[in-house]
Amino acid sequence: MNIIFLLILFVISMFIGYKLISDVPSLLHTPLMSGMNALSGVTVLGSLVATAAAVNTGYKILGFIAIVLATINIVGGFMVTHKMLKMFKKDK
Amino acid sequence: MITIYTVVGLILTLGVLFGIKLLSSPKTAVLGNLIGSISMLCAIILTLAYNNILNVSLLWIALILGGIIGAILAIKVTMVQMPQMVALLNGLGGASSAIVALIILFNNYGDMNLVSRLSSSLALTIGAITFSGSLIAVAKLSGKMKQQPIVFKAHTLLNTISICFIIFSIIVVSLPNISRVVYFTFSIMIFLVSIFYGVAFSIRVGGADMPITISLLNSFSGLAASVAGFALYDPLLVVVGAIVGASGLILTQIMCNAMNRSLRDVITGRTIALNSDKIIEKGYANKEVAIKKSKSFNISESDDEQIKIIKSLISQILEEAQSVMIVPGYGMALAQAQYIIKELYDKFVSVGKEVNFAIHPVAGRMPGHMNVLLAEVGIPYDKLLELDESNAKLSKTDLVIVVGANDVINPAANTAEGTPIYGMPILEVKKAKNIFICNKDTKPGYAGVENPLYNDEHVILLLGDAKDSLKIIINSF
Repeated sequence: MNIIFLLILFVISMFIGYKLISDVPSLLHTPLMSGMNALSGVTVLGSLVATAAAVNTGYKILGFIAIVLATINIVGGFMVTHKMLKMFKKDK
Repeated sequence: MITIYTVVGLILTLGVLFGIKLLSSPKTAVLGNLIGSISMLCAIILTLAYNNILNVSLLWIALILGGIIGAILAIKVTMVQMPQMVALLNGLGGASSAIVALIILFNNYGDMNLVSRLSSSLALTIGAITFSGSLIAVAKLSGKMKQQPIVFKAHTLLNTISICFIIFSIIVVSLPNISRVVYFTFSIMIFLVSIFYGVAFSIRVGGADMPITISLLNSFSGLAASVAGFALYDPLLVVVGAIVGASGLILTQIMCNAMNRSLRDVITGRTIALNSDKIIEKGYANKEVAIKKSKSFNISESDDEQIKIIKSLISQILEEAQSVMIVPGYGMALAQAQYIIKELYDKFVSVGKEVNFAIHPVAGRMPGHMNVLLAEVGIPYDKLLELDESNAKLSKTDLVIVVGANDVINPAANTAEGTPIYGMPILEVKKAKNIFICNKDTKPGYAGVENPLYNDEHVILLLGDAKDSLKIIINSF
């Protein structure tokens, strides 16, 4: 049951994502990419739960690294996207 | 089993989607990005609260540490370095997903069902490939490694064996009732072989194919997160990861079309034979003899007298031109000529001429790279035209100024059957009345096909550092 629910979500998201992103003009493809990059750091949610649940110190250390890496991904990604998007100005 | 977490998670997902929707216009894009990042922050807090781990200080230390490093990286990066920055972030995301998968596999041994074992080992694979593949891409893009494809003996065979081994290992790990030793050994083997495969895959992609590789790795980093979501039964991970996966796939597809390359050729490193005489000859359609009708000047070797001649030659063309189109390529980024281009742009505008920029989708080292570089120096975005728009305008253009672009303006793409660029959509600058080409030299571009345009009678070649050539144009007004 659960897995089917997730599979349906996966397919729907792929489809909606595909639709929405096709509308982004090539002008903004670099910021689009860095923004998507930031979103792929969503894996931090998994690393938070997994680290908290880890029973062994070794796993906790691994989890710590995973959280740090994913957060660099998120914060770095959103910030460079912002930095780039701010530069796009129209002719006065 | 729909919980409050699922519901709130889906609301946050809608926030992310709305953010992406706003990205479709430069006017609303900044807001879209903010909405996306706030949704992500809320998702983190929701996850911590829902799992009752808000007070685990280890997690906060990791989050703050990552946040600080990310912020420093983002502040320090320049626009020219953006391709390697994106590749690096892709790699970190992949690594994080791989580590999460590894922890799930190790920590939950014994009480995992088939689905979570299968998806964990798959997330481990994709994440590890993304990680090592991206690091190679970073090394290539930042010049720490040579741009040419590196192919070792039996490369394809080795790749095939790696993939088969990974698939075999995933099956072994997913089997019920296997011994602890076998389970742990194969989990680690999946990780190591995937790391190797990422390197082997990325190392044989050439510099000009990098836009495709980055897009593909972008897609992988999303898919890794999405599959990890299956292992954790976390709908937010599944959804957001899938969206990123779709985005990367679209960009990959666009890049492949714009370069007339099949994804398979890029992945298998079937790169164009450089310096092959056979291919170079084909640049001239129907074997017509190349008669040089263009005027060519080597700026770096010209003395004052010759520069004077060049100036008088181009000043008349500049005067008569009413509409101007500037065509930038990766050479512009290499020469850091975008600042001078802005000066030139201002000069044209101040004397009342119409100036636009024709941006080919694969100009630069990642999708949209040229637009970012030009926006940085203050060129208004409504002057940055896409391929079709540019081509429609080019026949009504008096003067084209090419800066560091070659393959994307090579007419051989339309005529020279059998060459690597045949069929690739190009910017048809030949339609314009006059053409200035400010390139380093007349050597064939990355594709290795001679450019017949260099002999066209309407062309004036200003060879050498693009900055010097552009300065001469500015001083000719």
